[in-house]
Amino acid sequence: MIRFKTSLLLPAALALLLAGGAGALADDAEQPNPPRQSWSFSGLFGVFDQAQLQRGFQVYREVCGKCHKLSIPFRSLGDPDGPGFTEAEVKALAASYPVTNDEPNDQGEAFKRPGRPSDIFPPPDSFPNDQAAAAALGKTPPDMALLAKALKYERGFPWFIFDALPFDQYQEMGADVIYAILDGYTKPDDPQWNLYYPGHRIAMPQPIVDGVVTYQDGTPATLDHYARDVAAFLSWAAEPTLAERKKLGLRALIFLFILAGMLYFVKKRVWSKLG
Amino acid sequence: MSATPTYVPKTAFGRWLEARLPIMGLVHSSFVAYPTPRNLNVLWTFGAILAFMLVSQIVTGVVLAMHYAPTATQAFASVDHIMRDVNYGWLIRYLHTNGASLFFLAAYVHIFRGVYYGSYKAPREVLWILGVIIYLLMMATAFMGYVLPWGAMSFAGATVITSLFTAIPVVGGGVAQWLWGGYAVGDPTLNRFFSLHFLLPFLIVGVVLLHVWALHVAGQNNPDGLDVKDVERDTAPFTPYATIKDLFALSLFLILYAWLVFYIPNYLLDADNSTVANPLSTPAHIVPEWYLLPFYAILRAIPNKLAGVIALFGAIALLAFLPWLDTSSVRSAKYRPLFRIFFWLFFFCCVGLGWLGSQEVTDATTLAARVLAVGYFGFFIVVLPVLGLIEKPKPRPASIADAVLAKHGEARAPTAKGSRAA
Repeated sequence: MIRFKTSLLLPAALALLLAGGAGALADDAEQPNPPRQSWSFSGLFGVFDQAQLQRGFQVYREVCGKCHKLSIPFRSLGDPDGPGFTEAEVKALAASYPVTNDEPNDQGEAFKRPGRPSDIFPPPDSFPNDQAAAAALGKTPPDMALLAKALKYERGFPWFIFDALPFDQYQEMGADVIYAILDGYTKPDDPQWNLYYPGHRIAMPQPIVDGVVTYQDGTPATLDHYARDVAAFLSWAAEPTLAERKKLGLRALIFLFILAGMLYFVKKRVWSKLG
Repeated sequence: MSATPTYVPKTAFGRWLEARLPIMGLVHSSFVAYPTPRNLNVLWTFGAILAFMLVSQIVTGVVLAMHYAPTATQAFASVDHIMRDVNYGWLIRYLHTNGASLFFLAAYVHIFRGVYYGSYKAPREVLWILGVIIYLLMMATAFMGYVLPWGAMSFAGATVITSLFTAIPVVGGGVAQWLWGGYAVGDPTLNRFFSLHFLLPFLIVGVVLLHVWALHVAGQNNPDGLDVKDVERDTAPFTPYATIKDLFALSLFLILYAWLVFYIPNYLLDADNSTVANPLSTPAHIVPEWYLLPFYAILRAIPNKLAGVIALFGAIALLAFLPWLDTSSVRSAKYRPLFRIFFWLFFFCCVGLGWLGSQEVTDATTLAARVLAVGYFGFFIVVLPVLGLIEKPKPRPASIADAVLAKHGEARAPTAKGSRAA
């Protein structure tokens, strides 16, 4: 009963689309969007790849962790939906980080002790606080706990509509941005020029190149693998409940579809009694 | 919402209670026997959906408040704690943040339905104004709730909106400082916003009760905009007819809600809010949540700050005057061919302003926003008053029952109750 006057709406919509589209095209020429990668944790049933998260953690620990904080508890590394380290591994890992105790000692002095699984990752050794990092590096490197959720880029019309629809739901933009930035140092003579960083000037010089990290499981030691693995690891760090969420979501949707179907027939029956 | 003598308690306790507090009679007359027009379409189920969303937001919000710390140093970390450590905290928080969006989505369907079918016209003016008050309270609640996670966009949004008050001549600066509890958005601002964000939903509940009361006095409007003439032929009792329809529509709405919460929970959230608020670093591109974008576009379209603020609040305030701006006595757009065209143009202006509000400012977007803002205000101030005088409405059916039968293609007029029971 609601009838659209499409004849009137269309020209106006087209005019808007053209105006917006022309602007977007001009921008794209100089600022490319990160290409969409394929991830194990995308889609309706996607979950994290445990081996990949363990490799990604190794990259974080040996490279990113020198400057970036990661404010998550050690114990979450034992999460079976996440990296899935064993309890003993998590304990040993935590103990390898010196952590400042919450309370001072008997003499009233702050002291450091080996970390416990319940502790949060301490800040990098060289930069005990944000000010120290900013003083040495020019800018505080962002905390990586939520980095994968803090990075998005404009998809523009009409793509942002498709991104919300089933079977294409695009929720891995943060991982794509991280991968693209690590892959975007394309001017060898300028270590702070990045193809994908907005404005191309990035405070972080190229952090990682081929061969810096040696994987235990035989995965090739290339920048492509490092970038992919650490992007996956940071996606997990930002959204550790992803697997649980999708599992519960599937049950909720199945329940709701059955409920809606039954209510439809009840409604039909009830209303059929009315003339 | 008043007790009718038709309710007869069946138990001894029921009779005892009814003589002392006739609350079951009130519920019976309001939600069981209450006559609903038989021609209501699916758009009339959004009232029930909104009631559900309000309760859902309050329940999830109260649980979140148990784990949230409203201080500038702890707020961001406490939200992260809810997401990581609290049992099903991620679910409750995603239900709450995405619930706000779906609450507004349902409210917009409800409001545009009211405009399309002329639900604001006599005798429903007070019902409509109560709705506008609820809408205003919803916007205030949503805005303050958006500040609570204390992300970069929370802080920027709080600064932009509270700074609007500095545009008021003479007292503006003082008013803004009074709102902030200091000289800028900071710890005291966050703390009072938390307090108000907790309070306002209960005020909304109060106004919603008045809204439902006014609805049950005036009776529901309907797609043909006709008054009920014969309760027997034109209406059906609320239970089971409206109840089952509302439940079915709600279940479909919940599918959308579940999709958003479980599969694309960050789709509508701003990425900048995953970075903690920092007064020294502002996001490159400040945007409010989608449901406030049209008003944001109007604000930005006007070069003078005070005029922009007046236009922003005027755009909302005009809604309250709708019953008197529309001079046509015909309610439904079904029988108003010209109004129908202008309604969809108005709808296009709102959506277009929303899209422009999300874009970075360029000469082209500013020009487009000005054109659409003129369209928005023109609809209220020029189109609605004039249209009622020049429009020739189409012939309307004699009664709601006739409209129902015409739709189902039956030639004969409806008969009495006995023959349709079969």
